[in-house]
Amino acid sequence: MNGTYFLSLLIFSPLLGMILLAFVPKTQERTVKLLGFLSTLPPLLLSLFAFWQYLRGYRLEHLAEKHDWVRFTDFPFLTESTYLVRYELNIDGFSLVMIVLTSLLTTLAAAASIHIKKEWKGYFQLFLLLEIGMLGVFAAGNMILFFIFLEMTLVPMFFLVGKWGGFDRERAAYSYLLYNGLGSAILLIVILVLFARTGTSNLELLNEMLHNPVAQAQLIAPLSEELRLWLFVALFIAFGIKLPIVPFHRWMLRVHVEAPPSIVMLHAGVLLKIGAYGLIRFGIGLFPDQFRHFAFWIAVLGVINLLYGAFLAFVQEEFKMVLAYSSVSHMGIILIGLGALNEAGIQGAIFQAVSHGLIAAFLFLLVSILYERTSTTTIDRLGGLAKVMPLTAGCLLAGAMASLGLPGMSGFISEFTAFLGLFQTKPVVAAIGTLGIIMTAVYMLRAVLNMTFGPSMRNDVQALDMSTIEAIPVFILLVLIVSVGVYPYMLAKPLQAAIEMMMNGLGG
Amino acid sequence: MSMHTLLQYKWSMMTPEFIVLITALILSLADLWMPNDKNRRPLAWIAVVGVVIALIATAGLIPAKPVSILYDTFRIDSFSKAFKLLVLAGGALCLLLALDYRPKEGLSHRGEFYYLLLCALLGAMIMASSGDLITLFVGLELLSVSSYILAGIRKTSAQSNESALKYVISGGIATAITLFGMSYIFGLTGTTNLKEMAFEVQKLADSNYQYLLALAFLLLLVGLSFKISSVPFHMWAPDVYQGAPTPVTAFLSVVSKTAGFVILLRLFITIFAAAPAHGKDPSSLLLSMQNYIAVLAGLTMIIGNTVALRQRSMKRLFAYSSIAHAGYLLVGFAAMSWVMIDSIWFYLLAYVLMNVGAFAIIQRLSDEADSDDMIHFAGLYQRNPLLAVSMGIFLLSLAGIPGTAGFIGKLNIFLGALMTEPGHYMLAAVMIATTVVSYVYYFGVFVQIFFRPADEAASVKLPVGLTVTVVLCAFGTLLFGIFPSLAYQVLAQFEHFGDFLQ
Repeated sequence: MNGTYFLSLLIFSPLLGMILLAFVPKTQERTVKLLGFLSTLPPLLLSLFAFWQYLRGYRLEHLAEKHDWVRFTDFPFLTESTYLVRYELNIDGFSLVMIVLTSLLTTLAAAASIHIKKEWKGYFQLFLLLEIGMLGVFAAGNMILFFIFLEMTLVPMFFLVGKWGGFDRERAAYSYLLYNGLGSAILLIVILVLFARTGTSNLELLNEMLHNPVAQAQLIAPLSEELRLWLFVALFIAFGIKLPIVPFHRWMLRVHVEAPPSIVMLHAGVLLKIGAYGLIRFGIGLFPDQFRHFAFWIAVLGVINLLYGAFLAFVQEEFKMVLAYSSVSHMGIILIGLGALNEAGIQGAIFQAVSHGLIAAFLFLLVSILYERTSTTTIDRLGGLAKVMPLTAGCLLAGAMASLGLPGMSGFISEFTAFLGLFQTKPVVAAIGTLGIIMTAVYMLRAVLNMTFGPSMRNDVQALDMSTIEAIPVFILLVLIVSVGVYPYMLAKPLQAAIEMMMNGLGG
Repeated sequence: MSMHTLLQYKWSMMTPEFIVLITALILSLADLWMPNDKNRRPLAWIAVVGVVIALIATAGLIPAKPVSILYDTFRIDSFSKAFKLLVLAGGALCLLLALDYRPKEGLSHRGEFYYLLLCALLGAMIMASSGDLITLFVGLELLSVSSYILAGIRKTSAQSNESALKYVISGGIATAITLFGMSYIFGLTGTTNLKEMAFEVQKLADSNYQYLLALAFLLLLVGLSFKISSVPFHMWAPDVYQGAPTPVTAFLSVVSKTAGFVILLRLFITIFAAAPAHGKDPSSLLLSMQNYIAVLAGLTMIIGNTVALRQRSMKRLFAYSSIAHAGYLLVGFAAMSWVMIDSIWFYLLAYVLMNVGAFAIIQRLSDEADSDDMIHFAGLYQRNPLLAVSMGIFLLSLAGIPGTAGFIGKLNIFLGALMTEPGHYMLAAVMIATTVVSYVYYFGVFVQIFFRPADEAASVKLPVGLTVTVVLCAFGTLLFGIFPSLAYQVLAQFEHFGDFLQ
């Protein structure tokens, strides 16, 4: 694996599927679905290959790619690379983990897309475009490229939600578009202020420009301390909308409820994690001092998220809403980990990002199986599942256990590590936060137990348990959740180097 | 002037203008001598070919050194060449639209339609090259008067008549204000030549004179805001855009706006950049008036984008959208950064491509239904998927989504606004916020095209002229979005317009 085009190949391999799909007649449902599913395999295989090589000691720096793309101005008094935007890709352990997660969940979501009812061709083309965007976000080597890939997820998501979603789909698509558009807009301003004043958008160079006193002299225009503080706040809000942090979470509830479950798998599993990824990469990476300054409030916001999501999840009648608020709540744990600002905290935050990605995808996979058979996701109307669909009900219970943080499953490791970090630095906030963990158990069990064991309301619906083809992705996810829980080292090892780098940036 | 002096001018520098002029003459004569029952459509092809040749001729002039002929009234510098390229490209695309313009009642004066478009184009070209207030005004009026007639060329349509009348009246007022502003500068400097003016204003150190000069500046800004359809003279745009024939609407929104920015830049940079001032920045009147331009830019973006939200008529929607884009372009101007002209040029290039492309599709669908309501876009994806995707590309570009030329254009303007010290954070914030607002109406069209069912099942067939336009525009929008360095290489030949003031 010496090819310097490896990352480009990985990111853009779904393009092949998009092109092939264009030649399939749109009435050929089976072919389209099969081809759509197969097109998600190349990135999965490539990323797993890279992951395996990395675990064996391959140095990821060798994969970096760099090509000149556009230079905005070429005044003679500027240096060669000022205002030059390159197409540059590079990854470290952290981004590689996210890429593996993305390609894995995309393949599983493609398998779950068998329940899509109409216009499969357009669906899968947009689906693959979304995958390109998501993969690109994690591999982008500069902020402008990051932004471009981020926006590449915006348009397909708008269509996927607005066309293939539930009853109120267009409103959900619009709130997705506007909230995320606003988030991206704020992010763009931050990126461009940095780019305009330093002349570069490359992460490493920016880091150098912002923190090395010698490089300060080479700035095109000054970046005062006050400006940096504002930039950090704007960055935090931008990713806060995407994560989402509590006052900005409404769009995410709508998308959770209205989007087709296979898309929600990706939305909850990957897209929300982009917010976390951005906060860690750019927030901690570029503005460590400002991050430290606000760390307490970030932890407080995390606790608010955790408790708010948990309490509201408790009163929901709709299972999708329970999961939506549970996502809000679990994103709080990421903030808690980041607010701790120590090694355990950051590791916990990243663990939580991965673990929640797996668990949310797992639960929504089950939702899609349930909805396909019962046409409802209201908790009351789903009572007595254990009798008619024992396998699904069992998996649901396992998902709930993972979500509430049962030891031996991935949720436990991440919550434990994040709180461990916070107890070291801010014990009082952490103590309040633990309430949320108890609440998680309460709302998850309430919802799932009512569904599995509650009184059966459906005598008319003939329900069949999941078929083999549906069961395969379910079990893959379950195995992953358990194995991360039992053997967290497989996640900790690839992340180690990246976290150490961040700690160095933070000043130990 | 003796014959000798007349002959020693480098007339070759005016080749593009001559080509357009001769094409217009040939068309008008051909129209005169052709039998009445003969179809005039082939004339449009001649017009298109003429404009394309003029475009090539302009491109051929790029390496030439800057010259000024006819007693400094006609300048060929990199600025004029760069913007003439845009004007000619936009003009050629609009002529392709005109080729396939089929209003319900038929068009009785097709020949006139084409050569008036050429005359208007010629006016825009002269504006780009003028080095004197007189030539500048002649160009402006040639463009305006031709446009007035063109807006009303559908004689039996009440809307078209209304559009022409409104355009004439508000255009007349704007011209009067522009002239009034010019008269002040003439009074202060005693010359109409821009170069001499730039020299004369430097001597106006007395604050009373500067007061008059500032007044002239504001009058010119207000008067010229008519051509670029920005606040305060933007109200004509929706009515005129809606009533005018679609090719003319496209022409007004693209060529006329470009020409407006050309004289705005030419006048303000030449005259006011050199003038001393007492305001915020004593070195230059232009810099001290920056805030006024910024306020107008902000208002233009806010008004254009918010009012567009309520529109059902596609042409009115695009009128407000074009007001909004004028606002973005004004941000590039108000920032007064090094990349000011570069960023405006690139944005206009993107704007020409995406807007004319969108108008081609609007024309096809509104001609068929004789109404430009958004509802006729419903289900376009079923009726012609390729056309729907092309429209998608134009809308994404207008909304400034990455992968399209519109994004790179916006990026460049932002860059200009943020690289100066102090940075124009407020202006950039307004621009980005209104851009997000614009998503609502651009994606509203998406909802019609892709989500709504079609009223009629018949697939949409595109006539040849429109096909060429849509293909060229979509290709260009994507090309400059994915490989923007191609356009920057062209731009690099103009060397940041360093010969602007020589």
